Amino acid sequence: MTIADIAPTANGTDAAVPIYRAQSVTRTYRQKARTVKALTGVDLTIDPGEFVTIQGPTGGGKSTLLQLLGALDKPSSGSLKLGDIELASASARELTRIRAQEIGFVFQGFNLIPTLTAAENVNMALEPASLSRAERSARVAQALAHVGLDDRGDHLPTELSGGQQQRVAIARAIVKRPRVLLADEPTGNLDESMRDEILTLLEGLCAEGITMIVVTHDSAVARRATRRLRLAKGTVQDITR
Amino acid sequence: MYGTYLRRELAGRKKQTMIVAIGLAIAIALVIVVNALTAGVRDAQAQALESVYGVGTDLTVTGAAAEPGEGGGQRFDFGSEDGATEGDTTTLSQSTLMTDFMRGTLDATVLDTVTATDGVTAASAALSLTNSTFSGELPSGGFGAQDGTAEGTAPTEGDAPPQGGAGGGSFGVESFTVLGIDPAVTSVGPLASVEISDGRALDSDDAGALVALVDATYASTNEIAVGDTIDVAGSDVEIVGIVASTSDSADTAANVYLPLDTAQELSGAGDVVSTVYVQAESAASIDAVQTALADELPDATVTSQSELASTVSGSLSSATSLITNLGTWLSIIVLAVAVLLSVLLTLSGVSRRTREFGTLKAIGWSNGRVVRQVAGESMVQGLIGGAVGLVLGITGIVVINLVKPTVAAAAAGAAEGGPGGTGGRPTGGGGMFQTQQAADIVLQAPFTPWVLVAAVGLAVLGGLVAGAFGGWRAARLSPAEALRSVA
Repeated sequence: MTIADIAPTANGTDAAVPIYRAQSVTRTYRQKARTVKALTGVDLTIDPGEFVTIQGPTGGGKSTLLQLLGALDKPSSGSLKLGDIELASASARELTRIRAQEIGFVFQGFNLIPTLTAAENVNMALEPASLSRAERSARVAQALAHVGLDDRGDHLPTELSGGQQQRVAIARAIVKRPRVLLADEPTGNLDESMRDEILTLLEGLCAEGITMIVVTHDSAVARRATRRLRLAKGTVQDITR
Repeated sequence: MYGTYLRRELAGRKKQTMIVAIGLAIAIALVIVVNALTAGVRDAQAQALESVYGVGTDLTVTGAAAEPGEGGGQRFDFGSEDGATEGDTTTLSQSTLMTDFMRGTLDATVLDTVTATDGVTAASAALSLTNSTFSGELPSGGFGAQDGTAEGTAPTEGDAPPQGGAGGGSFGVESFTVLGIDPAVTSVGPLASVEISDGRALDSDDAGALVALVDATYASTNEIAVGDTIDVAGSDVEIVGIVASTSDSADTAANVYLPLDTAQELSGAGDVVSTVYVQAESAASIDAVQTALADELPDATVTSQSELASTVSGSLSSATSLITNLGTWLSIIVLAVAVLLSVLLTLSGVSRRTREFGTLKAIGWSNGRVVRQVAGESMVQGLIGGAVGLVLGITGIVVINLVKPTVAAAAAGAAEGGPGGTGGRPTGGGGMFQTQQAADIVLQAPFTPWVLVAAVGLAVLGGLVAGAFGGWRAARLSPAEALRSVA
């Protein structure tokens, strides 16, 4: 089974149109009495199917950029487009729809709901979708099989290893068949063997058409990317070469 | 998934779920029990009043209270030839029937005025009397001999205790209450809440006849049966029936019931009545009828049932006060604390689950969906509390009804002179005649469907309030900030 079985949206993406295009994107925060400039002017274009890593020092704005790309937040100024949709001016409802249908998230701490089984955690991502129960179950089973956990669906997160938990989180991210998968330090809590396991999985998903954007401190992760970006002092540099 | 997530979350936070549910359960149980007790006390009040005023009486019209020094009192007059004298001792026996010395009477035509008033559907008049029998031996010359007059006078009410001896004499005074009633009207008035336990009722053919009904308790105590005669104001009156209150726990309004005109004649009071019992067309017209009667009869006192309720005293009054004040406030406070606890724990739960809600929003959950989840969890906690509270409340009601606590009720008012004289001797002094109808009433806590509605309503309300606060907090969480806060 490949991502083609579960991700027709990803395969249907028009390769000619950039999946993300950022122009002069800034993001400032009010933190108590002072203003924090997390992003001072980001210009960026990411094409469909790319595997992009974002590196940089702590506090350099990596997570902020990931949240903007993930429609969790809006730029303070500038333009940020996901395909043809301007995220900077999109309504809250539209941003919610985008998160529900077009973007998958993977977190460093897995962020699974501890009271739900692996299958139920994956199923939570389909809650906003209008699917029948049977179709949801089928998709959940496919997603778990895709990450190699088809026999762990009824296990609680506490009954799984860290690598398995992250694979459940990846299954939750891909079950909705997103165009983009955003990962924030996806291997940060894993040992070396589990890290490689997860990276291989992410590479496989990328090869199947999902655009992969990964924030990481780990050079080993960055070396697996097709493009490496460095974010420092609120701006992005391409350091691939 | 909604139900699964909800169930797992509540099960995963058993402690919080239990605290919220138990808090609400205690509050709801308290509300149910207090509510039932309030209804029970109200029923008890109605019972106490019905035993005095009868079923269906909306208003009473009575004479104005007598001013101090007016009205006289029980009085026995003996002529020099009365009694049988043997040596230095004269044996005397005299029975008198007197109106209530504390309250004035009304002319009997008041009944016609009342009946003709708009909004009155039924009315009946009664004359409240006390029959006292003086019997004993006095030194020849009686009390009067002490100041040299030819005739003597027995002690009157308010004088020294009328028992024991006086100058070598020995006497006693026995009394019972008498109510002169219209034998043709039983739909309103004292006989509206009685049933014939033996013999027959009075009817219109008994007008002017020396016949009477006797209260069952009084008859039992004094061993009086149908067919016997009793001495009323020196006349032999035949007992034709025994009456008992329709309430198991209360006596009837008087010891003896005579036809009204017989009572008027025997007492020598003339064409007067003590009380007119009035039934209004509807509850809505009671105020208007009261006002109209007050205008028509400026010298009379017109009293409504709600005003009569305030005359109920004794431990029933204490119970009413306790339940109304302490019980109600306790319920409100416990309910408020339970809801507050529920709100605080829900808010605390939302704060603890910031990352969870941030994640849900990141994977596409809308604010509305998150709010529904939080509100649903609170609602279910509330409903669990409601169900437990209902069980606790019903258990409380069942226990109360099994224990059957009795409260003493004393209703004062127009028909003063309850069955205080049960053949025994008056206790003397100013308290010679009781002016209240006293009864021990079993306090019941009725269960009504409204209790069920109230329990579910309060549970839903508690859940809604907590869910609204929790949902509001969850909706305000920015997904980016929620995820950043734990990054």
